Amino acid sequence: MVMGPEPPTATSTQVVDEAALVPDTSVQIEGRSLGRIAWNRLKRDRVAIAGGILIIVLVLVALLAPVIVGLLGHPPDEFHQKLINPDLQTPYGRFGGMSRTFLFGLEPVNGRDVFSRVIYGSRISLLIAFFATALSMVLGTVMGVIAGYFGGWVDTVISRLMDIFLAFPLLLFAFALVGVIPDQAFGMTGDTLRISVLVFVIGFFNWPYIGRIIRGQALSLREREFVEASRSLGARAPYIIFREMLPNLVAPILVYFTLLIPTNILFEAALSFLGVGVRPPTPSWGAMLSDAAQQWYQVEPTYMLFPGLAIFVTVLAFNLFGDGLRDALDPKGR
Amino acid sequence: MSEHTGYLTYHTEDWFHQPKGCPRMRRRTAVAAVAVGTAFAMILTACGKSTTTPGTGASTASAAFNAAIGKVYNPSTKTGGTLRFANSGDWDSLDPADTYYGYSWNFIRLYGRALTMFKPVPGAASNEIIPDLAETLGVPSDNAKTWTYKIRKGVKFEDGTAVTSKDVKYAVERSLDKDTFPNGPTYYNDFLDLQGYTSPYKDTDPNKLGLKAIETPDDQTIVFHLKTSFAGFDYFAMLPATIPVPAAKDTGTKYKEHVVSTGPYKFDTNNLGKNFTLVRNTAWDKATDPNRNPLPDKIEVSLNVNAADVDNRLLAGSLDVDAAGTGVQAATQGKILSSPDLKKHADTASLARLWYTSINPDVAPLDNIDCRKAIELAVDHEGYQRAYGGTTGGDIATSMLPPQIPGATGADPYKFKDKPNGDPDAAKAELAKCGKPTGFTTNMSYRAERPKEKALAESVQQSLSKVGITVTLKPYPQGDYFKLYAGKPDFAKANGLGLMANGWGADWPDGFGFLQQIADSRVIRASGGNTNLTVKVPEVDAMFDKALLTTDKPAREKIWGDIDAKVMDQALVLPGVWAKVLLYRPDTITNVFVNDGLGGYYDFLAMGVKQ
Repeated sequence: MVMGPEPPTATSTQVVDEAALVPDTSVQIEGRSLGRIAWNRLKRDRVAIAGGILIIVLVLVALLAPVIVGLLGHPPDEFHQKLINPDLQTPYGRFGGMSRTFLFGLEPVNGRDVFSRVIYGSRISLLIAFFATALSMVLGTVMGVIAGYFGGWVDTVISRLMDIFLAFPLLLFAFALVGVIPDQAFGMTGDTLRISVLVFVIGFFNWPYIGRIIRGQALSLREREFVEASRSLGARAPYIIFREMLPNLVAPILVYFTLLIPTNILFEAALSFLGVGVRPPTPSWGAMLSDAAQQWYQVEPTYMLFPGLAIFVTVLAFNLFGDGLRDALDPKGR
Repeated sequence: MSEHTGYLTYHTEDWFHQPKGCPRMRRRTAVAAVAVGTAFAMILTACGKSTTTPGTGASTASAAFNAAIGKVYNPSTKTGGTLRFANSGDWDSLDPADTYYGYSWNFIRLYGRALTMFKPVPGAASNEIIPDLAETLGVPSDNAKTWTYKIRKGVKFEDGTAVTSKDVKYAVERSLDKDTFPNGPTYYNDFLDLQGYTSPYKDTDPNKLGLKAIETPDDQTIVFHLKTSFAGFDYFAMLPATIPVPAAKDTGTKYKEHVVSTGPYKFDTNNLGKNFTLVRNTAWDKATDPNRNPLPDKIEVSLNVNAADVDNRLLAGSLDVDAAGTGVQAATQGKILSSPDLKKHADTASLARLWYTSINPDVAPLDNIDCRKAIELAVDHEGYQRAYGGTTGGDIATSMLPPQIPGATGADPYKFKDKPNGDPDAAKAELAKCGKPTGFTTNMSYRAERPKEKALAESVQQSLSKVGITVTLKPYPQGDYFKLYAGKPDFAKANGLGLMANGWGADWPDGFGFLQQIADSRVIRASGGNTNLTVKVPEVDAMFDKALLTTDKPAREKIWGDIDAKVMDQALVLPGVWAKVLLYRPDTITNVFVNDGLGGYYDFLAMGVKQ
């Protein structure tokens, strides 16, 4: 996953080139921007495009959950105990009670609609994963660039800090922290607070992974001619970092953003599985899987299938797209 | 089920809360994760509701669901054959001083005789405690602080030496040594007037009989001196700790390798952790033992057998008894319940256990009794039962005391049976009385790792929302649930835990054992670790004191019913389910019945092998 060095092109010049060439569409020989080259490569990668489409679908599903459930399901917290066998606590009918009205069947015991809960569960998963990843990326990029650009004692301090964070037993810490948070804190209550805490915990402790990569890139970028040139022209550090270096770091940032999201989806699912995610009855894939795995896997495997599939598909989609994106942005890194 | 790993073990060792430091009345139950259900549910045959008819000595030879409940299934007096047991885990210990599992207390009667025992008969009659090694039940004196037993004459160890009261005293003495024998119960440590005595292994007395709390004036008589009055001492005399141990043969922690038998069977081979076999003890004399009628010639026990394998072998008939006796695995349960042929060989045995929710009067507005009553009335009791496995998981509890506990009245003060899905109208009327006609908000705690409690909490949340009571669910880690969260009074109050999912089982079906830890306010410690989360009623405490002094059994048992009624009247406990387990009996065994006294196990003592 190590990124190759970027082509030695200063983006600022690139932008000028592009601006000059874009209106000239009738011309056959077309100068292509880096982004365009990457996009063309990505387009040819069918697996990545499939992943990308899946991601778009998943995001749409999460955004339109109330509409979809309104059309095809039942309210996610509605009990349907009449459809549950009182002796066995499992739904009547085959495959967990799958039918036209209950597309994914019913949850054992209380008989909630699994389809609705899986759809609503995507909201929690994507929301937490997206924001936590964004937090890690911001922290990691800032710390990585600073460490890489300034070097010396700044680098030492930040690098050791990363080591400390990497050595942290994240899961245990998250478990303890999420377990003890009160109902009200920081002006938030209930699920909002829990989601924020999960975002913070997952995001805050994952930044060193991206931080290290960015630091490495920044270290090599710092020695490039265009950076030397700006420095010799009297540019100050903030200008160099934000205008010269950061545009060259967009590729790794994008790639790791897409690759960190599935990790965080799994992490959120793990926390929910262990019972410290969002509180019931808010649906969550990890919590559903936990119920299924602890109590129902032997007698009602269908219940385990759909939340498991949902996690699997989402993680796979992000990973495929992320891999494709990396190949497209950096063909030498293959 | 000790070889289970990972998440499945949540339901095994810590099925019930076992309070640390309050050793009373808690028997470990190696309960399997009994999930109720099956993947492809078939239509069930309508088998009648399980009813525990009082033991009448009735019997039946035809296989039917619950045929071994309240009567003897497949009665026989034929001797001979080998009875095959398997245990999915290891035996906690074969040493009478060091064992605390219900199945072990059941099995130990095959090779040891305690002073008293539960009557080995089906149904409620098995709750009666009868003399075993003793000639009669204990004779109390000094306000039930002193208890005297006479040991039967002619009882011998397997080597032919006579059993004397000193052997019983020595056995109790060594059971006090919790450094050597950490597993056993601590009733004797807690109740005997020890005067600093710790262990016979540190005893300066040449005969190692230095304990002053037990006197043996002659070879037949043994006298126990207690610190406090305890009218139910005959239950303590039933503990394996009173099974005589010859001091000369005691090898401390190694005694479990060869326990010297006083019962009808003695150890033949014993490979710890693998298997052991028992054969007839020729020194055992039927004339000294009116309660035992040993049928098989040999008993084989395999240990650490895969739990699913135990079930499969039971179903195939290549195994006779699941030693752990805690019910079949979830998958097997589904299979049994959905097949009429298999179901005929199954029994749902009642356990002296209650799943319930504590209602916290420290949290407003539940400090108002009418608000608490609204909760009792609004909750969906069938939903409660569903969460714990439905009809096979137990019966809807209408009050605290399970029906098999002497003194239980079967009272239904809030009419759960008439309105099994809750009575929103009556609940709203109570809400109006308590000044919250539109409802209120509160929190409910449960153990995060327990899917059953989660399903329960969601069901309670749903049913209470119908009368305007909004419940926020608060899962806490099971390991510290009682130590740091629900069981810590100031935490529960500060976090507004108005409702707390809870459960309790007694070591034996007795009102004291069942109620004391969950209804006597004096067991509540501010530092946490409580099982009694909410019951703080001075009248109830006074009733406990009275019961401990009441040596008249019926009068004492009536007090347990009164305590139950009082707590229910105060609406401090929302009873949920009186638990049951599903047991399977293959056709290979005879004389099968569930012994309520032992806590819902097949009685191993009576079983025979079909010839």
